[in-house]
Amino acid sequence: MRPLFKQRRVVPGFGLSLGCTVLYLGVIVLIPLSALFFKSARLTWPQFKTVVSSDAVMAAYTLSFEAALVAALVNLPLGLLVAWVLARYRFPGRRFLDAMIDLPFALPTAVAGITLTTIYSDSGWIGRWLETVHFHAPWLMWRGFDGSWWPFEVQQFTSVSYTPIGIAIALIFIGLPFVVRTVQPVLQDMGLDIEEAAASLGASRWQTLRRVVLPELRPALLSGFALAFARALGEYGSVVFISGNTPLQTEIAPIKIVQELEQNHYAEATSIAIVILLASFFVLLTVNLLQRHYARRGMA
Amino acid sequence: MSIEVRNISKSFGAFQALADVSLRVESGELVALLGPSGSGKTTLLRIIAGLETPDHGSGSVLFHQEDVTAHNAGQRQVGFVFQHYALFRHMTVFENVAFGLRVRPRNVRPDRATIRQRVSDLLRLVQIEALAERYPAQLSGGQRQRVALARAMAVEPRVLLLDEPFGALDAKVRRELRRWLRRLHDETGITTVFVTHDQEEALEVADRIAVMNKARIEQIGTPEQVYEHPVSPFVYDFLGKVNLFRGRLEDGRLTVGGSQFGAGAAGGEEGSAAVAFVRPHDVEVARHANGNSIPARVDHISFVGPFVHVLLMPKNGEPIEAALPRERWRELNLQPADEVFVEIRSARVFADDYSI
Repeated sequence: MRPLFKQRRVVPGFGLSLGCTVLYLGVIVLIPLSALFFKSARLTWPQFKTVVSSDAVMAAYTLSFEAALVAALVNLPLGLLVAWVLARYRFPGRRFLDAMIDLPFALPTAVAGITLTTIYSDSGWIGRWLETVHFHAPWLMWRGFDGSWWPFEVQQFTSVSYTPIGIAIALIFIGLPFVVRTVQPVLQDMGLDIEEAAASLGASRWQTLRRVVLPELRPALLSGFALAFARALGEYGSVVFISGNTPLQTEIAPIKIVQELEQNHYAEATSIAIVILLASFFVLLTVNLLQRHYARRGMA
Repeated sequence: MSIEVRNISKSFGAFQALADVSLRVESGELVALLGPSGSGKTTLLRIIAGLETPDHGSGSVLFHQEDVTAHNAGQRQVGFVFQHYALFRHMTVFENVAFGLRVRPRNVRPDRATIRQRVSDLLRLVQIEALAERYPAQLSGGQRQRVALARAMAVEPRVLLLDEPFGALDAKVRRELRRWLRRLHDETGITTVFVTHDQEEALEVADRIAVMNKARIEQIGTPEQVYEHPVSPFVYDFLGKVNLFRGRLEDGRLTVGGSQFGAGAAGGEEGSAAVAFVRPHDVEVARHANGNSIPARVDHISFVGPFVHVLLMPKNGEPIEAALPRERWRELNLQPADEVFVEIRSARVFADDYSI
């Protein structure tokens, strides 16, 4: 045994708590995930490749990652702004607003999906208005392997419901609390004195924000971004309603998985899932490494 | 660069932090704002720095006869050192110190080589040049405070303001740093104001001390003036330990039990209540009675540096604390429970409208 485990500690319970942690993580996380790998291992490598590189699946991956990334990127500045307002200002209704942030956590996502679909549909409150202002937004779509190096193409969408834009909106809704709730406590703890120090050294408000406040918040912003992104990647409930599930257009990866499962294609379903799992694991790992980098400077 | 504060008031909601305060700091002076917490000293410092605005229409702040009340903190060109350092954690020591130079508008920003030179000069001045590439988290409290000071000095401030600069440090580092601050001030000659609640610190470092209490400046003067000639019971009490003797004025003298004290300047009506303030080192202990002495029993003896502190219990009344030089204590050969006589060498009597 290494001395780490033999050392007597002043605070007892190391063995017990580590044991519980390993058991819990094993039962809750590791066993289901390894089952995923075993299931997909029934396919040979060429079969696996065919499944995950089919146009329908690649289109779903593109949509899932793009929508999750867009949503997380939108939530980053907006979540920061909300956290800033909640942490820094005192105004009537602040507590009410604060409580409202958590609603996307608590609301069944299907309810969120149906509500958003209705509001953003062509006859809905916002959808109707978007039509009058001739709303349109570009989206990068999967075109297919055709020999060129760039298998994507840009499409314009003029409505929100039943398009990738709607999916992104649903994911923004779902992801906002993650950014707000990770940044807000850090902002509250940060104190005003570093901003005052910057101001007394002659920095403008903008310089203070860019060179002092944002770098201090970087670890928290990274965490919030990663959480929002990971959550958006796996989101199903709200997206199925607003996406309309048009093959090759608005099918996200989790929907592809469900479709395969409904046809009892378990190995295919888990293969699609594994690619998502690995990709999101790498995103989270990168974020963690970045966090470590800042932690070494003593600031995470 | 002289600093003048004229008739400044400041309230936070219902709490009045400053009530019509005026203060003048001469060019090149080192002034301490001394007071208990909540006395308004930090607020006054922050108003001088431009980090806080005085109540609307309540007075002005002048630097070198120039009204800077409307200027913001950056425009005032002050170096401000925060109690908890307020260092930028994501920057190295070098970057922290260089910050004030790097954020200058392009046309007045020094070039890279000048910044490098200036920062390393400052780091040498505060004796931490070897730590330039460290992050604040890797420094001790005393080192962080030096970085904060170097950072404030980098912008060539017109005045230097320090908010409880040594408050978060341990006693030894604190003593070392305040001597060093005094030396630094003597070398640079920059007008400096610092806030402290530690009377020893103020007495040791400052040219003049402004003693603050309840939103007002109670007394301004040299350390000797405020210590030897306090104008109010508060100042007397705040600057060092004190024994209180409560009694009545009779024939212009304060009578406490069988003893009498000269009433001094404070005066008061015949027969009115008054309190004599006596410093422990003005209490003399003797083996034999003398006309005016108070009999007491030795309760406790403790050794604090060069002095021996003796707690004495008179027959009736409050315990009396005496500080005796070691030789005197040896000469008397005092032991706990000894019966002795207490004489008061000098006292200051104030009318009894003040309670501690």
